[in-house]
Amino acid sequence: MSMTFDDGTFIRNEMAPVLPPPKLRIGPVAWMRENLFSGIFNTLLTLLGILLVISVVPPFVRFMFIDAVWTGENREACLGPDVGACWPFIHAKFGQLIYGFYPISERWRVDIVFALGAVLLVPLLVPSLPFKRTGSLLFFVVYPVVAFVLLTGGNINASAFLLERFGLIRPFVGDAQLGGINLAFWVDFGLTTLLFMAAIGGFIALLGGNGRSAARTTLFVFLALGAVIFCWDADVGLSYVETRQWGGLLVTLVIAVTGIVASLPLGILLALGRRSQMPVVRLLSVIFIEFWRGVPLITVLFFATYMLPLFLPQGTNPDALLRALVGVALFSAAYMAEVVRGGLQAIPKGQYEGAMAVGLTWSQMMRLIVLPQALTLVIPGIVNSFISLFKDTTLVLIVSIFDFLGQLRAAFTDPNWATPVTLYTGFAFAGVVYFFFCFGMSRYSLFVERRLNTSHRH
Amino acid sequence: MTDLAGPAGGHEKTTFINDPKVRSIGLQLVALIVVIFLGWSFAENARDNLAAQKIATGFGFLDNTAGFGINQTLIPYSETSTYGRAFIVGLLNTILVAVVGIFIATIIGFLVGIGRLSKNFMVRTISTVYVEVLRNLPPLFQILFWYLAVLSAMPGPRNSISVFGEIFISNRGIIIPRPLFGEGAGIVVWAIGLAILGVILFRHWAASRQEETGRRLPVLWVSLCVLIGLPLAAMIATGFPISFEVPELKGFNFVGGVRVIPEFVALTLALATYTAAFIAENVRAGIQSVSHGQTEAAHSLGLRHGQTLRLVVIPQAMRVIIPPLTSQYLNLTKNSSLAVGIGYPDLVAVFAGTSLNQTGQAIEIIAITMGVYLLLSIITAIIMNAYNKRVALVER
Repeated sequence: MSMTFDDGTFIRNEMAPVLPPPKLRIGPVAWMRENLFSGIFNTLLTLLGILLVISVVPPFVRFMFIDAVWTGENREACLGPDVGACWPFIHAKFGQLIYGFYPISERWRVDIVFALGAVLLVPLLVPSLPFKRTGSLLFFVVYPVVAFVLLTGGNINASAFLLERFGLIRPFVGDAQLGGINLAFWVDFGLTTLLFMAAIGGFIALLGGNGRSAARTTLFVFLALGAVIFCWDADVGLSYVETRQWGGLLVTLVIAVTGIVASLPLGILLALGRRSQMPVVRLLSVIFIEFWRGVPLITVLFFATYMLPLFLPQGTNPDALLRALVGVALFSAAYMAEVVRGGLQAIPKGQYEGAMAVGLTWSQMMRLIVLPQALTLVIPGIVNSFISLFKDTTLVLIVSIFDFLGQLRAAFTDPNWATPVTLYTGFAFAGVVYFFFCFGMSRYSLFVERRLNTSHRH
Repeated sequence: MTDLAGPAGGHEKTTFINDPKVRSIGLQLVALIVVIFLGWSFAENARDNLAAQKIATGFGFLDNTAGFGINQTLIPYSETSTYGRAFIVGLLNTILVAVVGIFIATIIGFLVGIGRLSKNFMVRTISTVYVEVLRNLPPLFQILFWYLAVLSAMPGPRNSISVFGEIFISNRGIIIPRPLFGEGAGIVVWAIGLAILGVILFRHWAASRQEETGRRLPVLWVSLCVLIGLPLAAMIATGFPISFEVPELKGFNFVGGVRVIPEFVALTLALATYTAAFIAENVRAGIQSVSHGQTEAAHSLGLRHGQTLRLVVIPQAMRVIIPPLTSQYLNLTKNSSLAVGIGYPDLVAVFAGTSLNQTGQAIEIIAITMGVYLLLSIITAIIMNAYNKRVALVER
């Protein structure tokens, strides 16, 4: 509708219909002009990129799926021209890659450990599920004890605790056994507990402190220790599997999980030590952290393999895997300490002062105010060090512990499967497994980071 | 309640053990005693163990004949050389991998890092995939992959891949021409050194002149002319003393040229591409840390895109990039110890591996090996701290 005045002036009083934007500015064409072909240089780059993708992706897919051999009994199946991945090779070696030389009849124990770990871990990882405190207690304290019993068979020969080392127990108690449990050890343990309670309580009381509470704390520590030793000592009817028979993904995960479980608390302690006001504690922490961070993990493993036995009393010959575990745990604790320190330094001074002002003790302040905030801040850093710890587990193959990669390398030498594609198949499979774990962790850390990001900074 | 309410007006002293000072001293004493006790018992045990195994301590073994060969030596070395010499050979091999690896990793890392911020979708995606894949696979896995799956799969010497007929790639490694220095080559080397020095001084002078007068000198062209012209003039004057011995295929193997062993190629490439993924992330973070206002301000001053990058963004980004970059360099150097996995004769493989197995001097050898890496880290840390102080933002 429009108005026409007497003098012929035309005034339009309705909006013209909105025209669509030019075709070249919207839709896929515009996106391509903007993102792929915005100039000569850019077009060249795009073409180069397309060339790269064409030369990599289709051959990769062909190798992995289209040309791949899926069934077969031995190398015969995978011989021939234009053969892709030899998946029967992985199928045949699967047990070795996952369990190493763990006895086949006992592999259900490893399966239970894997399943238990997954069942306990998932509720911890999903933020909306309840019982986080119980869950983490189960995963970080109970699970390692149970896993140890299941994997090794438990029933360690606990025979002497402290007093027996001075020959004070056996002459009186003898070598009585009760269901695979050495009575002398537990008498020794009980007496030592009482001794320590008396000594510590008395000492604290003498200095004017609360001796009763100190003695009670000592009792709890010993009770916890005793519970763990009892679980390991009790004969649960599982046969003993020495760690030399472990291997494959089992060892990779054992090292990674032990490293993670041990490095976090140790790292927090070291970080607190480094930030402490006490010069001696600070110096010791700094030396410890900088030493481990300054040397490559290989030398740490060499240290644990060749040098550590020299430093221990004669006759003690710790298990090879245990030595490597100690090395890995200390190494990653130093890295963890630096990550945690970053978080501690990021907490404003007001938080410390506020906590002190409401009368919290140092440990309450750290536990309730500072650490929860600091650890939340550095979750990406913590997960990053978990990822590098996971990648570093491969290094144990150099000190003759056959982890996943070590077993893969061993599998390559099997003449039954010697084909031109065996190597590539193995690397493809291992690559997918490692990528799955590491990439999964990094995505999870991104997810947590976004969720916990409660700050209102830009 | 009585505990809380002290006597009126009195300074109720806390009990002895609750005094923070006493607690602090006590705790430190306990820590010190534990450490000293551990150290002492380690030393005792080590002495007993060594005595039982009849191992003599001390560094005298460094003068003994090593008796094993090393397949890559940068200095003259034979089986009759000493363990001390083997140590130097291993150290030099480590340094070689570190230097070459750092050089390649920096180039790839910066390219990929800038690529991740590119407007070009293709470049951005490929860079992201590169970073995610390489970062999430263990370095040892990548080294083994390069060594076993890529280099061992190269054709034999007779069918080797030839690059311009000068470089030959086969499963025995890469054969490159060997430079031969004739008479007068020293002068050419001096000329190159002189040219580099001259360019540095000239740039410095040009910069200070620009500060004073605002006039710019053609720095790039003058530098290029000096860098190319001076050595060329020296070459002509001395009659081209530097020539190259091109490798030739004779029988089943190559004669002449320098052979780069496949272990070196695998280790260096794997470490360089792996570390490059981390460097790329540092570069990306550094560039993103420069606020967009800086770019806009530079544009509104009339600087071109290249100038904006060169004069405004990159100098500010470098402040953020360089500290993590150094720690990546250090990581690459430390990761070069993975050489032992494929048998490249680096410090750990030669010294902490073969020498330790032969002599049994575990304490000395591991202490020396760890000491070398520690020294490297400490030197890097000192340089880094000095640099950080220089470039840190000075606020109030």
